Amino acid sequence: MKAALLVDFGSTWTKLRALDLDGGTLLGSAQGPSTVTSDINVGFDAALRALAERLRGLPDFAYRLASSSAAGGLRMVTIGLVRELTAEAARQAALGAGARLVGSFAYRLTASDVAAVAALAPDIVLLCGGTDGGNREVILHNAHALAASALRCPVVVAGNREATDEILALLDDGERFVTAAANVLPAIDTLDIEPARAAIRDVFMRRIVSAKGIDRVHAAVDGVLLPTPAAVLEGAKLLADGIGARAGLGALVVVDPGGATTDVHSIGTGEPAAAGVIRYGLPEPYAKRTVEGDLGVRHNVSAIVAAVGVEAIAADAGMTVAEASTALDALESRVETLPGNAAERALDETLVRAAVDIAMKRHAGTVETVYTAQGPVQVQRGKDLSAVKHVIGTGGAIVHARDPASVLAAACADARDPQSLRPRAPRLCVDAHYMLYAAGLLAQVDRAVAFECARRGLRIVKE
Amino acid sequence: MPRTLVTGVIGADTHIVGNRILSMALEDAGYRVVALGALTPAADFVRAAIETAADAILVSSLYGQGELDCRGFRDACIEAGLDDILLYVGGNLVVGRQPWAEVERRFLDMGFDRAFPPGTRVETALAALAEDFAARDARAQ
Repeated sequence: MKAALLVDFGSTWTKLRALDLDGGTLLGSAQGPSTVTSDINVGFDAALRALAERLRGLPDFAYRLASSSAAGGLRMVTIGLVRELTAEAARQAALGAGARLVGSFAYRLTASDVAAVAALAPDIVLLCGGTDGGNREVILHNAHALAASALRCPVVVAGNREATDEILALLDDGERFVTAAANVLPAIDTLDIEPARAAIRDVFMRRIVSAKGIDRVHAAVDGVLLPTPAAVLEGAKLLADGIGARAGLGALVVVDPGGATTDVHSIGTGEPAAAGVIRYGLPEPYAKRTVEGDLGVRHNVSAIVAAVGVEAIAADAGMTVAEASTALDALESRVETLPGNAAERALDETLVRAAVDIAMKRHAGTVETVYTAQGPVQVQRGKDLSAVKHVIGTGGAIVHARDPASVLAAACADARDPQSLRPRAPRLCVDAHYMLYAAGLLAQVDRAVAFECARRGLRIVKE
Repeated sequence: MPRTLVTGVIGADTHIVGNRILSMALEDAGYRVVALGALTPAADFVRAAIETAADAILVSSLYGQGELDCRGFRDACIEAGLDDILLYVGGNLVVGRQPWAEVERRFLDMGFDRAFPPGTRVETALAALAEDFAARDARAQ
């Protein structure tokens, strides 16, 4: 039997999945604590022992691949010119590369901006600005500001190609690693974030992994290839696109409500489903990831409550307002709490539903009617996801929910909000064994088996 | 290096055909054209001009509401650091029969360098661009 070991070094847990490469099935899974701050091998070894017990010995692994969101994840700062244009394109590139955005800057960096970037101490800076043949002055100014700063982290340059050589020479002073990629916005109507994403992943694999001490596990794994969110996005893309002969699921959405953030991934062009609709704004990435840092179902309980209202949460959870308030306070003061009794579980699912609802509303595009002298016109901003056929939930909050279908239904179109282009009638699925990251990793070496594993890992909760 | 021109139809105006023809003609004349198309808010002209380091913005308006849409256009450019960018406007700029000289005056007062009445030929616009860019070059020396 040919097998693969897929590891996720998470912020709390080190998770393992052993896959059978001949059949494309899950052999077993196990987890241990995340011990990246002391010695990453302690947690990894504990997880591996647990896996060996379950499988009665470990098979010979043909591949041992890992992703990581440990040690704060891939912390990035992005810099662009106009906030709605290259600065936004830079954000999309970094998010698509699986980064945790800790700062986004636009226009000329001021002295205090540069001090703020240095204080954020990012793992990578993505420097953009100007279309090809467009503005050079601002990205050059920002490169000079970074060169003169105390910042020593790697810089990926993906702006106006006419400024790139000069910037590389400026920043490459022997102490700082700098690399170039194609412009994230080569023309005002062309988004091209794939080269920048590839460059970020490369820097992550070659430099950040060792800088964070994750490479001390190197003897046991062949490589730490991707930040975990990028592995999930890769898995989602594989599921949507399929592989040659095997058709994929087509356009899809993955929602991942977590303790600190709620992530949404959508795969698909997002072109208007209806004819005659005019698209407005920056082109949308085919594989798009958004991260809602204010919608963690543990760390941001109060933000979710503020957005939805404690009355609505109490009603949804079947509690009185007083009961709900007390329980919500308790949750926020002890973020590690897992729901115990039925009332706590109901409250938890209410929070998860609210987080999924708001995160999806922000991720999906909108359509509005603009009245012109020639009659009404439909104008679309963002991605039209109304025709998406699959909504997939991943992560413990959905997988362990009593009623995952009701949580995923919160991601779908709502008659009270007709402007939001959310999936209208999708099939609802759960990534039951947390296989998306594993499939995304495995896809780097064997796409066919990876596709099989991802597809089999889906449990349909509502047709 | 070719000059960069931003074109588009401002406001809630969907008349795109004439603007497309203009953009193609400008490209044929050797300009680098950033065509924003129909239904373009004033702010988007300015944003695109910044990223592309444009030398001129050519605003089209065909539905008679141009005066409202273009109000403050030069000010928005100045706010964005494009103090000296060349600004043209053309099309059916106002409703009803108003003397062109008055209409033109209003748009020049708004800070446009030139305004063009309905029926202007592409050659006229090209000649104006050549003349204005030459004047700027002379001023810069």
